[in-house]
Amino acid sequence: MGPNTLSIPGLEQVYDALATAIDAAGPEKTELFLVKLALLNANALADPAVFQVHIDAALKDL
Amino acid sequence: MHQPHAEPRRSIYYRYQVFDAWLPSMHPGPQRHAVVIAGAGPIGLVAALELARHGVKCVLLESERQVSEGSRAIVFTRRSMEILQQVGVAHRVTQNGLPWRFGNSVYRGQRVFRMEAPHDPDDRFFPMINLQQQYLEEYLVDAVRANPLIELRWGNRVNAVTQDGQGATLDVDTPEGPYTLQTNWLVAADGARSGIRSMLDLKLEGASYEGRFIIADIRIDLPLPTERLAFFDPDWNPGNTILMHREPHGIWRVDYQLPPGEDAEAALKPESLKARIDAQLAMIGHAGVPWAMDWCSVYSARALTLPDYVHGRVLFTGDAAHLLPIFGVRGANTGFQDAQALAWRLAFVVKGLAAAPLLAGYSSERVGAAREIIDEAGKSTRFMTPPTRGFRLLRDAVLSLSLSEPFVGPLYHWRTSRPHEYRDSPANSAGDDNALFQAGPGHGAPPQNVRLGADDHLLDHLDHCFALLYFTEDAAVPDALTEVVNELRAKGLPLRVIAVGSAQPVAGADDTLADADGHLRVRYGVLASGAAYLLRPDQHVCARWMGLDATRLRAALVNAAGLNKEV
Ligand SMILES: Cc1cc2nc3c(=O)[nH]c(=O)nc-3n(C[C@H](O)[C@H](O)[C@H](O)COP(=O)(O)OP(=O)(O)OC[C@H]3O[C@@H](n4cnc5c(N)ncnc54)[C@H](O)[C@@H]3O)c2cc1C
Repeated sequence: MGPNTLSIPGLEQVYDALATAIDAAGPEKTELFLVKLALLNANALADPAVFQVHIDAALKDL
Repeated sequence: MHQPHAEPRRSIYYRYQVFDAWLPSMHPGPQRHAVVIAGAGPIGLVAALELARHGVKCVLLESERQVSEGSRAIVFTRRSMEILQQVGVAHRVTQNGLPWRFGNSVYRGQRVFRMEAPHDPDDRFFPMINLQQQYLEEYLVDAVRANPLIELRWGNRVNAVTQDGQGATLDVDTPEGPYTLQTNWLVAADGARSGIRSMLDLKLEGASYEGRFIIADIRIDLPLPTERLAFFDPDWNPGNTILMHREPHGIWRVDYQLPPGEDAEAALKPESLKARIDAQLAMIGHAGVPWAMDWCSVYSARALTLPDYVHGRVLFTGDAAHLLPIFGVRGANTGFQDAQALAWRLAFVVKGLAAAPLLAGYSSERVGAAREIIDEAGKSTRFMTPPTRGFRLLRDAVLSLSLSEPFVGPLYHWRTSRPHEYRDSPANSAGDDNALFQAGPGHGAPPQNVRLGADDHLLDHLDHCFALLYFTEDAAVPDALTEVVNELRAKGLPLRVIAVGSAQPVAGADDTLADADGHLRVRYGVLASGAAYLLRPDQHVCARWMGLDATRLRAALVNAAGLNKEV
C-alpha cells in the first residue's frame, strides 16, 4: 500500500492485538467490533478514497 | 353523490368548524374560469393566496367540508414562515406556535448528538416552529375567505378531468350531485393520493422505500423544552427509532417505527398504543404520567416524485407532485416552496405577460428540489431504518461508537428541509456578475433576510413583484435604468425598485432603505454604489451585478419573467 507501512514488529503486535480482541468480543459481537474498528481507523486515515482502496483490497479473494 | 363528513372531526384540543357545501343549484349558469385549484390543503390554499396577490382569480375546490384531521405537519421551517408572511398568516403562526432550534439524539439513555440549527440575528423567524396542521389550515382558510379573488367551494370533489390545448374540463361532485366546470388551467393540489395524478395516468418515480410509522398525538404534561427528541434502538422497540415533538396545547407527538411484518391495524389498537407509549414514557423517566390520546394514524415514509409537474393544462404541486419522507420536515415545507414557485409564473401566463413555456421553469426547479430531497432523505432513512444487513451493522456500529466517540455524531443528524437554490434555473441571468460576488445570496438562492431596525426586516419590504435592490448613495436612480423599469412596468410587469444606502428617499425608487451602518451592503457582498440584485416574485435571486446598466437589467427581466417577445 502507501509509504506508511508497519514495521514487522508493529505488524506482529497488531496481529496479536486484533486476534485477542476478536476473541474478547465473542462470536456474536465480532462483526460489530470489526465495523467499529474500521470506522475508527477510517477517521484516523481521514481519506475516503484511500479507505475505498482498502475496502476493495479486503474484498478480494474472500 | 359526494357526501363529505358533516360531523365535526373529534379532537380533545381542536374545535373543527364544518363549512356549508357549495351547491351548483344555487349558482346557475356555465362555469368557465381562468384557474381552478383542486384541493384546499396547505399547498392549494397558499397557491390560491399567492395567485390572488398577483390579482388572479381562482376557484378552489375542496372535497371535504372541514380542515384536515390530526396534527399531520407539525414543524414549519423559517423559509415556510417567510412564504407564509407573504400570504399574511405568519403572525398567527408566530403567536400560537412553539419555536425551537435544537435536536437531540439519544441512545441507551445518553444524549449522543445535539443538533443546533443556525439562528442568524438577521432572521425574523426561528429555524423551526411547531404548530398542528389544522391551525395552519384554519389561518389560511381565514385569509382565503377574506380574499374576494378566491372562491373556496367546500364539499366539491373532482371526479374526472379531460383536457385539450385550451384547458381542462372537470366533473365535480357535490352533496346534491355533479356539475361540469371548465378552466384554462388546473392546479392539482389534491394531496398524496392525488386522484388527478391517477386520472392522467401519471407514475411517480423513485425508490418506494416502505418504512411504516405510528403517529400519535397525546395530551400529556412533560417538563421538557421544545426540542426534537430522537431515540435510537430502545429496549422496548429494538432496532427502531422513536421521535417526540412538543406541540401547542399540551400535546406531544410520538412517532415510532413499526417492526417489519407487524400489522398496522393491530398496532393502532388502543392496548398496543398504550403499551408502547407507556414504555416510551418509562424509558425517558416519566413512567405513570397520565396521558390521553387525541389522534393516531399509520404513516409510510416514501420518497417519490413525478418527473414533470406540468402536463398540458394541469400543473401538479405539493403532495400531489411528490411524496417525501416527513423526517427532516419535508411534506408541507417543500410544498410551500412549490406553490410559491408556481403561482407567480402561472399568474404571468394567465395575464398574457409570458408564454406557457415559463411554466417549464417551475417544473425543472421543483423537480430538481424534490430529487435533491429524495437523495438526502435516503441517507437519513438508511440510518433510521437500515434497509440491509450491511446498513444495519454500520448503524449499530455508529450507535455503539457514539457513546464514546463524538466524531460519528453528525451521522445522527438528518438533513432538515432547507430552501433549494435554483442554481441552474433558466430564470437566472446569463450575463450578470454573479461569479464576481464574494458574499450574499447567489443565483437561484432565496434572499438572506437582514434586520433593518426594530421589527423591520428586508423581506418585509418585498411583495408579489420582482424587486430590484439598487445600491446607491446618489439622489436618484440613473435615468437609463428608470426608463427600462417604466417600459416593462407599462407592459404589465410587476416590478419594484428599492434603493439601498441613502438617508434620503431616492428619486425613481419605490422604497429607500438607509442602511446607515452598511450592514445590508456587507451581507450582500456589495462593494460600491451602482451594484444591484434582482429578486423574482418568489424572492429567489435571478441576477446580481457589481455595476448595473440598462441593457443587462432589461435582458435579465425579460429572461426571468419569460416576457412574450411581442410584449
Ligand atoms: C399521518 C400523516 C402525518 C404527517 N406528518 C407530517 C409531519 O409531521 N411533518 C410534515 O411536514 N408533514 C407531515 N405529513 C405530510 C403533510 O401533511 C403533507 O405534506 C401536506 O399536508 C401536503 O399538503 P397538500 O396541500 O399538498 O396535500 P393535503 O394536505 O393532503 O391536501 C389535499 C387536499 O385535497 C383534497 N382533495 C383530495 N382529492 C380531492 C379531489 N378529488 N377533489 C377535491 N379535493 C380533493 C383533500 O381533501 C385535501 O384537503 C403527514 C401526513 C400524514 C398523512
